[in-house]
Amino acid sequence: MAKDHDGAEGSIVGTTVEKYGDNPPTAGIAVVVADQIPNPGFPPFRPRVTDLYPEKARQQERRVSALFVISIIGSVFAIAAYIAFPIVPGDIGSVRINNLLLGVGITLGLLGIGFGAVHWSKTLMDGHDLVEQRHGTRGTAATREKAVEVFTLGNKESGFGRRTLIRRTLIGALVVSPLPAVVLFRDLAPITDPVELLRHTLWDKGVRLTRDPSGTPIKASEVTIGSAFHVIPEGLNDHEDKLEQKAKAAVLLMRLKPEDLHVSADRADWNYDGIVAYSKICTHVGCPVALYEQQTHHLLCPCHQSQFDITQEAKVIFGPAKRPLPQLPITIDADGYLIARSDFTEPVGPSFWERKL
Amino acid sequence: MSTTETTRPETALEPTRGARFTGWAGNYLDERTSISGLVKELGRKIFPDHWSFMLGEVALYSFIVILLSGTFLTFFFQASMATQVYDGSWVPLKGIEMSAAMKSTLDISFDIRGGLLMRQVHHWAALLFIASIGLHMLRIYFTGAFRKPREINWLIGFTLFILAMLEGFTGYSLPDDLLSGNGLRIIDGMVKGIPIVGTWTSYLIFGGEFPGTDIVGRLYTVHILLGPAILVAALGVHLLLLVINKHTQFAGPGHTNDNVVGVPIMPVFAAKAGGFFFIIFGVIVLIASFFTINPIWVYGPYDPSPVSAGTQPDWYIGFADGALRLVPPGWELELGGYTLSLNILLVLIVVGVFLVVVALYPFIEGWITGDQREHHIADRPRNAPVRTAIGAAGVTFYAMLWAAASSDLIATHFRLTIEGVIHGCQVLLIVGPIIAYFVTKRVCVGLQKKDREIAMHGYESGRIVRLPGGEYIEVHEQLDDYERWKLVSFEDYKPLMIRPDKKGRITVNQRLRAAASSWFFEDRIAPVSRGEIESSHDGGH
Ligand code: HEM
Ligand code: FES
Repeated sequence: MAKDHDGAEGSIVGTTVEKYGDNPPTAGIAVVVADQIPNPGFPPFRPRVTDLYPEKARQQERRVSALFVISIIGSVFAIAAYIAFPIVPGDIGSVRINNLLLGVGITLGLLGIGFGAVHWSKTLMDGHDLVEQRHGTRGTAATREKAVEVFTLGNKESGFGRRTLIRRTLIGALVVSPLPAVVLFRDLAPITDPVELLRHTLWDKGVRLTRDPSGTPIKASEVTIGSAFHVIPEGLNDHEDKLEQKAKAAVLLMRLKPEDLHVSADRADWNYDGIVAYSKICTHVGCPVALYEQQTHHLLCPCHQSQFDITQEAKVIFGPAKRPLPQLPITIDADGYLIARSDFTEPVGPSFWERKL
Repeated sequence: MSTTETTRPETALEPTRGARFTGWAGNYLDERTSISGLVKELGRKIFPDHWSFMLGEVALYSFIVILLSGTFLTFFFQASMATQVYDGSWVPLKGIEMSAAMKSTLDISFDIRGGLLMRQVHHWAALLFIASIGLHMLRIYFTGAFRKPREINWLIGFTLFILAMLEGFTGYSLPDDLLSGNGLRIIDGMVKGIPIVGTWTSYLIFGGEFPGTDIVGRLYTVHILLGPAILVAALGVHLLLLVINKHTQFAGPGHTNDNVVGVPIMPVFAAKAGGFFFIIFGVIVLIASFFTINPIWVYGPYDPSPVSAGTQPDWYIGFADGALRLVPPGWELELGGYTLSLNILLVLIVVGVFLVVVALYPFIEGWITGDQREHHIADRPRNAPVRTAIGAAGVTFYAMLWAAASSDLIATHFRLTIEGVIHGCQVLLIVGPIIAYFVTKRVCVGLQKKDREIAMHGYESGRIVRLPGGEYIEVHEQLDDYERWKLVSFEDYKPLMIRPDKKGRITVNQRLRAAASSWFFEDRIAPVSRGEIESSHDGGH
């Protein structure tokens, strides 16, 4: 197998004598076997057909070049396909064809080279294994001594160890010097307090509930029993920071039979004739909770499967979320459109440290 | 770093034009760069051959593919969240408002020839990259290739794995489509759940309230500058240490801890590895030409309100997503007016501890064995039963978190309830690794016993002969020395004996080590010794 049998007699755990001298590293709790079976050394080399028969070698040679030629054809084909099959605006089929033909051409261009090279190495290049000796990772005793000497000299010539005042002030300065860089990142966010922002949404007394995304107002009479509406506050679409506002103000509107709702005393006037509005932002980590099961009146969050029971004021009945979805108090205005009675009475969305303050 | 006998007798030939040019160019370079030294040192470096050693190569090559395709994408991608109205070729989204990032990604997909191909090459290569790093890590772990002198390289490899996931996540977030925004929303919610600093950290990351208009630009800097720069640097050190430490090799006849047996870089390994790079590249392009990945045009631009059930993050983020799902209900506290989101903290702690244990494992095992020698022979997993069993337990733990990330799909597919699947995963997350540990250990010890049996008595040949006395026996085929060597050459440890130190004391450290080492090496199967072989032969078979 290998051409060179030096060192084949060594044990499975090496000696690395050259580097460690008389002080070999400890073997810890390894068992040192006295009558270990000896390493048999390399088995004899088994030649391949291409080593034995020149005509077989020539055959493989042709095969390798054929693969390289296929590669050239593939690459040229890719260029041709790029030109011959352009993308026709509006025609998705043309995108697909372009993608496919270009891709297949490039694939051939690459695989031809790849398989050719590997085949070449396997059939025609020298098949002998070679042996290289390891010498232990650490430096020789002499090298290590030299390295120690370098440090000793450096220390002596600079007085780094001796002049403690210099050393300590330098370390101090090096520790303090990166701090401005930390401060510089303060303005990644505006000056305003995030906690204040998290407390308020666009909802306010009298703001109409409108359809998401069209923004058309909703009449209470349009909300039939069992139906659910995705809702945004009126005027949201005109806001500069539309997405940030929507990320807090998105609401789900449902109508249940009034007798199905278990309404607590302080929320008696928060629903309108069985129509209830709940924040759509999951109290776990903030996904939109939008899967409404009409029969059970459960809301399911698709992200981590928290479930909220609408008949019990969106109490969590399963999953990692802890708090119920905040309820938006609603009523109707003179024209019969649904409006908010106020903003949410607590922050919506995921919990955060200062939430209760 | 010498290689032995690498030249063969050459027949003297007139130098051809090509040879003269090579000679001139080599001389030109060497006189200016001293490159001949490097070529001498590295040119005939030996690489052992084993399929599992290619996993790291796959990772390296897919990373190069990522660099190439990613650079192409940067020429067309706009990392901006400024709102624009889409007017490109994909009709269903015409007239819809979206960020420049989303719009440019759609343009890459539908209006730039080869753009879709490059996007898909980039994404498929990213998936292959992370998968191959994971498998590469498993191979290092299960063969004990992390032992001295390679502990530091294990840490660097671990860093690469984390960076790869970071790159994957930031890349996934760039197109600003519905799924990427939803992923960021989850990150925002998790960050907000960190005590004391969470709210502000999220505020700083997003440059204001979620989602803001900064995040894509910021992630872009991380994705194409910081991440790749650190990755390339770490990869460089990783490969440098590989050259210094050289490859491990499996036990085999002629293989010792003091040598490396294999093919030289020039020419065989260069041809094989170079060819393999093109094969990996080709396979990725082939997949990208036939299979769609991340069809953002189906998802649409990010909007905090809509959702679709059954959407999944890229697979490598799954374990974290699964961990979030498995937290039992109600884990949130209020402490003096502050909110403590244990349902998020627990996930951060469990995942964090898991990763730290993975990172530190080589040091833990090194401390237990106290073995300071260098190890270059890769273990067969069965010969380190407890290590292998711990690995199996870790894999099971990860797999359970990962499975939990698909709890909804599992539930619908197998017609189970969501609750049932989650409870099942919760139980299996704890019980699964324990079972995996014991089963794996048993299997390893069983295989070791079988190896011992075979080394001493040979294989059952299936050939029955009738002895002159009329009795039938099955002939055992003895192993030859070369085959036997593979079965008997492994290392054996025994539990630490507690001994008082010089001052007559027994330290806590020693007690701990003794306990840990007896856990590791109690059920040891010693390798067959020469004496045993001889006596078994004398016994006559
Ligand atoms: C290990 C490293 C990397 C990983 C795992 C990775 C992964 C990803 C992923 C999963 C995407 C989403 C692609 C999609 O739309 O489906 C992406 C996007 C992108 N990546 Fe990378 N990437 C890496 C390195 C790079 C590098 C080095 C560059 C540039 C030199 C780059 C440039 C881009 C660009 C411009 C995009 C956005 C364009 C688009 O989404 O189509 N990436 N990356
Ligand atoms: S975000 Fe709703 S369950 Fe996690």
